[in-house]
Amino acid sequence: MAVEDVALEIPARAEFVALARLVVSAMAATDIQLADERVDDLKLAVSEACTNAIEAHGAAETDERVRLMCRADDRGLEVRIEDQGPGFDPGRLPDHPPVTDPDRLKFERGLGIPLIRALVDEVEITSSQSGTAVRLVMLHTTDDIVD
Amino acid sequence: MDLGLDVKEQGKYTVLSVRGEVDVYTAPKFRERLIELVTEGKHQIVVDLEGVDFLDSTGLGVLVGGLKRLRSHDGDLVLVCTQSRILKVFEFTGLTKVFAIHASVEEATSSS
Repeated sequence: MAVEDVALEIPARAEFVALARLVVSAMAATDIQLADERVDDLKLAVSEACTNAIEAHGAAETDERVRLMCRADDRGLEVRIEDQGPGFDPGRLPDHPPVTDPDRLKFERGLGIPLIRALVDEVEITSSQSGTAVRLVMLHTTDDIVD
Repeated sequence: MDLGLDVKEQGKYTVLSVRGEVDVYTAPKFRERLIELVTEGKHQIVVDLEGVDFLDSTGLGVLVGGLKRLRSHDGDLVLVCTQSRILKVFEFTGLTKVFAIHASVEEATSSS
């Protein structure tokens, strides 16, 4: 298949996360080799990454937009989310207590990145003091191909 | 994008039915409604997620916060959910072990 790119810039405000999901859905709809369930997983991962990006812009008090780039090619569907927030160390995220520990209920946040890692086939997070880029890939698999 | 939140009483339970998409934009409204219910003395809450089209970790955070608040009042928050795409979010985060998840409101309100 031909390589198709779509780029989108959204204001760093909560109401625009739904637009990011919509664009990913529309992009995925052009890619007949991804099953609906996997498109849902990718949408959720994108939503999580955009939420983090918007919160990062809030922390940095910047009016810059959050950038999304979607690419459909022979490997699958790739979405890259870029922010200009203060960055973080993806290797040093706090561990949550086990779910059986009563202290687990103290943690209402911090579920986004573990969820992203569970949902998509490839995740790459590059972060520095000038921003963060999250690359998400949902690969074509033989299970996705509809006869 | 709007979030529907309907409340009805069913025996000792308060059933909060959620409709629409729960994300970083709509979660504050959901959180406020849950806090209102707890403040009103509703300490046995069933959150019905059958009308939810999308739920992300901000929605999970609202539910975790609600459960914590209710447990501090010797109450409980249980869920109704049968949609695989919503259940998956709880499974991937291990929260199926934190929340009681029922197949219907009837089941949730007759479980204890």
